[in-house]
Amino acid sequence: MARFVIRRLLQSAVVLLGVTLVVFLLLQLVPGDPVRVALGTRFDPQTYEALRARAGLDQPLVVQYFDYLRRALTGDLGVSFRSGRPVTSIVLERLPATLSLAVTAVLFALLIAVPLGILSAVRSGSFIDHAARVFSQFGVSVPDFWMGIMGILLFAGVLGWLPPSGYVALTEDPARWASHVALPAATVGLVTAAILTRFIRSSMLEVLAEDYVRTAEAKGLRTRTVVRRHVLRNALIPVVTVVAVQLASLLGGVIVIEVLFAWPGIGRLTYDAVQARDYPVLQGAVLLVAALFLLMNLLVDILYARLDPRITVE
Amino acid sequence: MSETTGRSSEGQLRRTLSALRHDPLAFTGSAVLVLLVVVGVAGTWLAPAGVNEVDVDRMLQAPSWAHPFGTDELGRDVLSRVMIAARVSLQVGLVSVGIALTVGTTLGLLAGYYRGWLDNVLMRCMDVLFAFPVLLLAVAIVAVLGPGLLTATIAVGVVYTPIFARVTRAGVLSVREQVFVRAAISIGASDLRIMRRHVLPNIAAPLIVQTSLSLAFAILSEAALSFLGLGVQPPEPAWGRMLYDGRGFVTEAWWLGVFPGAAIFLTVLAFNLVGDALRDVLDPRQLTVSEARRSST
Repeated sequence: MARFVIRRLLQSAVVLLGVTLVVFLLLQLVPGDPVRVALGTRFDPQTYEALRARAGLDQPLVVQYFDYLRRALTGDLGVSFRSGRPVTSIVLERLPATLSLAVTAVLFALLIAVPLGILSAVRSGSFIDHAARVFSQFGVSVPDFWMGIMGILLFAGVLGWLPPSGYVALTEDPARWASHVALPAATVGLVTAAILTRFIRSSMLEVLAEDYVRTAEAKGLRTRTVVRRHVLRNALIPVVTVVAVQLASLLGGVIVIEVLFAWPGIGRLTYDAVQARDYPVLQGAVLLVAALFLLMNLLVDILYARLDPRITVE
Repeated sequence: MSETTGRSSEGQLRRTLSALRHDPLAFTGSAVLVLLVVVGVAGTWLAPAGVNEVDVDRMLQAPSWAHPFGTDELGRDVLSRVMIAARVSLQVGLVSVGIALTVGTTLGLLAGYYRGWLDNVLMRCMDVLFAFPVLLLAVAIVAVLGPGLLTATIAVGVVYTPIFARVTRAGVLSVREQVFVRAAISIGASDLRIMRRHVLPNIAAPLIVQTSLSLAFAILSEAALSFLGLGVQPPEPAWGRMLYDGRGFVTEAWWLGVFPGAAIFLTVLAFNLVGDALRDVLDPRQLTVSEARRSST
């Protein structure tokens, strides 16, 4: 187990190094001078020189990269071309909004997917199984932003039950936070639920076909007991991975939903940085999300190995 | 050897076509795709109005016989724009998945066949690309290269490359240990010939399935990029862009939100249905309980 953890840690460190290189190179890919492009009509020589020097763009490329790496390791991701504020604090300020949306969406998804996936597998071929398969096919095919627009039309426009967009911090007013998070979380959650339902169903089916399940049934155990004691425990192990990966990708992948619902999270920050050509903020947001994504994957692998010791052997 | 391979691929093709014909969902998906290709190719001629025929006298008109999908904020016919935009979605989907398939398969082949340091370097590069959420990486690429059809296509192609590399490598690792590959090596066949004639045909099935499913995701990604204003630029119509342009009006003109989104949904659903059917035929690892039990007894 210890060797497995060390190996995965080393692998993640190598990948993280690669991620920093990609994020660093993003700025180099900007056609022309990124600072000049970012300043646009607000160009003035003094600001231009200051920003170039602060971003280290007057140095050779290799020096720039190692400098970027050194600063990133100490939590310094540069300053915004627009506001002049440190990127790290700008990005971290947006984390709670994204986190609250992602966690609510995953909880909503689990509430639907776990019972639906289990029932669908246990009653394979029944009406509920067909309904679950239609639901999951629908969920993986529907664009989330379209579902969001339909949600706004119905729940904000026609029924007037929920606000169409906006954000209130959970710590500020939990009730108003709940009314604002409901639509975006349900939109993201339904798509996530579709993916999870599919996965839980196929994982359950795989375990249901195992010999030990047949033995348990042959011993005369009730289906409910077999499912609860023998199938669920094994079938839900790989589901842990998928849930964590979904959560990790939601932390950085809900750009469209955050833009649609004016949710001030990391996705919205990324979008605003793209629009404003604020490359250091874009780099910082992308790096933070990728690092979080890697960390989540590492934790999941370790958790998975704890739950299923066969993984470390493989 | 080649005769055997030829016969088996003919049989596989027949089985695949038969499965698509007999599975009602896959048949419906295929029919939608055929219709989409026809509309994509001939949309300009089939559409009842021009794509940018502006008429301020009839702006934001609800669906009617004259305009079945209504008109937009500039009085343009939404049906015509939805039809003509099919070409963009298909084009981006096909070209970007083409890029991912070509690059990913080549890298996966080299990594799996040669193993060693090349495998390590290539796969770690793929791991790095995998470390980014798909849309975030696509947005970052488009952000630095500038928005547009070409950059959106490249961005979507880049983000789907690692999955093809992984699928290919996994296939190559199992095929390269087969007797017929060893036999080809022993008679002195070149690496290129072995990869092209013996390895690739034997890993085609998972690649076909991956291609079909990736087309669905690529179309979704392009639509998301266009929705963010980073994909296709006006005046060219794209479904995601139409939703982006119309989002300020959806509460007063629901048709601007409904029809372009429904077109994306139906297209992606069709690709997914065909992809699932292909997986059942070509990569039948997912069985129902009864099937699994039957096969285990």
